[in-house]
Amino acid sequence: MKIVNSFLTSSVGKKILMSLTGLFLCSFLIIHVSGNLLLFKNDNGVSFDLYSHFMSTNLIIRTIEIGLFAFILLHIYVGLLLTFTNRKLRPKNYKKYKLSETTTFESRIMRLSAVLVLIFLIIHLRTFWFEARFLGATSQYKLILTSFSNLYYTGFYIFSMLLLAMHLKHGFQSAFQTLGIKNSNYNTIINIFSFIFWFIIPILFASMPIYIFLNK
Amino acid sequence: MILDSKIPAGPLEKKWTSHRFNLKLVNPANRRKYKIIVVGTGLAGSSAAASFAELGYNVLSFSYHESPRRAHSIAAQGGINAPKNYANDGDSVWRLFYDTIKGGDYRAREANVYRLAEVSGSIIDQCVAQGVPFARDYAGYLDNRSFGGAQVSRTFYARGQTGQQLLLGAYQALLRQVNEKKITFFPRREMLDLILHDGKARGIVVRNLVNGKIETYTADAVVLATGGYGNVFYLSTNANASNATAIWRAHKRGAFFANPCYTQIHPTCIPVSGDYQSKLTLMSESLRNDGRIWVPKKKNDLRKPNEIPENERDYYLERLYPSFGNLVPRDIASRRAKEICDNGFGVGETKMAVYLDFVDSIKRLGKETIKQKYGNLFDMYKQITAEDPYNVPMRIYPAVHYTMGGLWVDYNLMSNLPGLFVIGEANFSDHGANRLGASALMQGLADGYFILPYTIGNYLASEKFGKINLTDSSIKSVKNNVEEIISKLFNIKGKTSVNEFHKKLGKIMWNNVGMGRSKKSLNEAINQIKKLKKEFWSDVKIVGEKENVNAVIEKAQRVADFIELGELLATDALNRQESCGGHFREEFQFDGEAMRNDKKFTYVSAWEFKGENKKEKLHKEKLEFENVSLTQRSYK
Amino acid sequence: MKLNLKVWRQQNNSAKGKFVNYKIDDVSEHMSFLEMLDVLNEELIKKSEDTIAFDHDCREGICGSCGFMINGRAHGPGSGIATCQLHMRSFKDGDTIIIEPFRAEGFPVIKDLMIDRSAFDRILQVGGYISAKTGGIPDGNAIPIKKEDSDLSMDAAACIGCGACVAACPNSSAMLFVSAKISHLGLLPQGKIENDERVIKLVAQMDEEKFGSCSNTYACEAECPKEISVTNIARLNKYFIKANL
Repeated sequence: MKIVNSFLTSSVGKKILMSLTGLFLCSFLIIHVSGNLLLFKNDNGVSFDLYSHFMSTNLIIRTIEIGLFAFILLHIYVGLLLTFTNRKLRPKNYKKYKLSETTTFESRIMRLSAVLVLIFLIIHLRTFWFEARFLGATSQYKLILTSFSNLYYTGFYIFSMLLLAMHLKHGFQSAFQTLGIKNSNYNTIINIFSFIFWFIIPILFASMPIYIFLNK
Repeated sequence: MILDSKIPAGPLEKKWTSHRFNLKLVNPANRRKYKIIVVGTGLAGSSAAASFAELGYNVLSFSYHESPRRAHSIAAQGGINAPKNYANDGDSVWRLFYDTIKGGDYRAREANVYRLAEVSGSIIDQCVAQGVPFARDYAGYLDNRSFGGAQVSRTFYARGQTGQQLLLGAYQALLRQVNEKKITFFPRREMLDLILHDGKARGIVVRNLVNGKIETYTADAVVLATGGYGNVFYLSTNANASNATAIWRAHKRGAFFANPCYTQIHPTCIPVSGDYQSKLTLMSESLRNDGRIWVPKKKNDLRKPNEIPENERDYYLERLYPSFGNLVPRDIASRRAKEICDNGFGVGETKMAVYLDFVDSIKRLGKETIKQKYGNLFDMYKQITAEDPYNVPMRIYPAVHYTMGGLWVDYNLMSNLPGLFVIGEANFSDHGANRLGASALMQGLADGYFILPYTIGNYLASEKFGKINLTDSSIKSVKNNVEEIISKLFNIKGKTSVNEFHKKLGKIMWNNVGMGRSKKSLNEAINQIKKLKKEFWSDVKIVGEKENVNAVIEKAQRVADFIELGELLATDALNRQESCGGHFREEFQFDGEAMRNDKKFTYVSAWEFKGENKKEKLHKEKLEFENVSLTQRSYK
Repeated sequence: MKLNLKVWRQQNNSAKGKFVNYKIDDVSEHMSFLEMLDVLNEELIKKSEDTIAFDHDCREGICGSCGFMINGRAHGPGSGIATCQLHMRSFKDGDTIIIEPFRAEGFPVIKDLMIDRSAFDRILQVGGYISAKTGGIPDGNAIPIKKEDSDLSMDAAACIGCGACVAACPNSSAMLFVSAKISHLGLLPQGKIENDERVIKLVAQMDEEKFGSCSNTYACEAECPKEISVTNIARLNKYFIKANL
């Protein structure tokens, strides 16, 4: 009961939950991006479709998928909870408040980037995941080709990756701070991984629609 | 009335031990039946309150601050002395005792000073146990430095924030007892009067600084730990709120005020820059370990310091005191600086400053080492003056820093009023006419942790305490008196602000009762203060509401009391026809150095209040020296 | 120089406050910010108006009494200083300066710029100490402490409890303040013994006192007059996890 009592009800406990769910979602990005790299294979999407098929039918993956959704919801729920609690704790706003001089851009837009990434996620799931799972689309590859031949969709996708990058730039290293791992001994390694997550991964993701759009 | 210092008999080294054995004890089960009021939460007040509560007494703790941690002990920079002899340089309890007695120019009680030196080692142990992060060497042991003219390294320090760290230790000990419900802390309450009942101190009247209400609290004993009265000079290194009202009002209720003329001027402060100046900032004395003090040899030299060649500089302390050089005691360093500026050799815009130069040390030790030692002080200096002391010498000038005088107390730290105990800077007891560097923190904590907890028990165990009713007319009249003073101030509706009066008082004090005093200047001061007092009570202007936060009415009362205290200070200085420590009478000097008159003045002056606008009565407590022989201080 | 000030005036805790404009001439660049306010208050007294209430005491950046938002920054422009160490040379002739109290649910306004920070005391009260009693203590050198640990502990112990971290934080979080105490004591061998209990109690009380949670924006570190590092917050988190496992 000690854990339930002092941990989950405390602000620090909630933040830890936030960081753990966030890091789990980050780990999913690795799998997602590496699988998607198959798009670049010049075989008319055969390998990619095989991979998509495996991902949507394998029992283990399907189980993890449930966990993934649960973590997304938990991440959102705790995030909302903390945001609304914190908002109430400054009963009157400052007339002038220069956060811009004391904080980074990405940390200030964390909530905005969260909302936009969520909107992106819903549209993204509707276009690909929902289509395949419930509407019987057989080739993800074809879906991707049609979607990214649309300039607006591609633009929206790239913009969303920019926001994801910002969200991860603050969120990834922040998770280690919250888990108490960030200190001078580990800073370099955390910074390297942070760079991979906020810079390389979103670029890889964004490079796919660009590649497809340009090769249509 | 004969003042009984209650110094125990027996050899010096045994006095405190045998006294402790002879003190009566309160049965642990009975301690919760006693209530003790502690006013002030600096080092002395916090440590005393915490220690009482740990013993089982109920404590009411008062501060005019919002939190105990804001008390001005927090600003002490340099360190705290203890003769641990960790440096293996021949230190001992006896040596610290001797240095303190000598440094105080033989105007303190031997027994008190010896006890202070004796318990000071335990303070370090206590603070380490509380988590005070004292500086350590690479082996993990406590580091020491030499400080303020001492020839041994016995000063423990936590960077330049020793006072802060010691106070946080005591504050945390206090908070722990608040949590245990043994201490009730009353924030933002200013003590304005003392309640006496059957001749014993039994309570206080305070103003609630948030809603202006006058409140009364009673207990079995009252402890004042309210600090010194340096702000009588307006500009000092004291905090803005530091004041003498608590001890002064207790004095007016009958507590004797001892040695008010012993005031310490600190040699290394940042000089005044303009009329708007609200306080002076101290630069730790430790700077004198590596800095060299000089002025140009030519009067009114307008060149920049770096343009003045070596042979045109006068390193006057090194010239006058070859063996101690820049490390002469505070009073000497201060007086020489004043003298040299008065003679027209001063530097800077106002010509009221001397240089403290680090060029040689930077050459010898490297910038990094100097930065490590004094980095925060250099930053502080730069912040205030916009000059970089790594490249340009600091400008410094003496400022009022500490007051050795205070309410008279006996060996048990009790004033002449039964049940009124006074500790820390608020009492007069241990520093004589001059305090050594790093000894204030030592005294505050010694009183609070290791002396008063014993002696107050003796008082409580020896006395019977009748029930005291808040409705008693004697208590009501004290409360009414406080309310009347406040109403009176509001009703004057004059034209001059409280601050202007304070500034005027400060000027009178600094010019006539400052570093050099003479019969003429002191008489002048007394006359001017008398006039100022009349002016104050007919022309002061109070704005704001009575029953709300009101800094003006708070300060008005403090200034009113400072004016009266200022007069007593000058009176005491006039009476003491000798020069000793922080008290320098221009008529009494030999070859430029202070000249004591041991035949006539080896006594403590304790002043008794005889009524408004009446002359105070002097009582003398003779000082006996059985263990040290009185010599003229010489640092040449 | 001449300045325009917009100062928050609020009669008491329950009153509705507002900004009042003041013009002030003859400000010297050598004045400290508080001395500038002293001058303004003297002028108000001349006009028989109530003075602006603000907490201040030592005026050398160590007591932690002073502090308000000056042009949107806790303790004003610059870093590593408290309001009393801010000098007017940081402003230009003709500047408009907005002065408001530190705002947070945990810091109710008492009057004008004066706030109630007693919540900080109540947080430390539940365990921000080492439970050593007076007396019966071994020699100070009995437990050697690694210099590095002692120095880190001192870095954290330098906190003056001014509340700028809370004021600057978009979430009104007190994590920097609390973590400074956790680190100060937790890094020392004497303090380690009570680490688990201390961190759990302090965090619970911090939440109780209505301070927000940390979202690692590090605005606190940027505004801290003693430049307390946010690594202390990481350390608190680490101790907190360890205490709960």
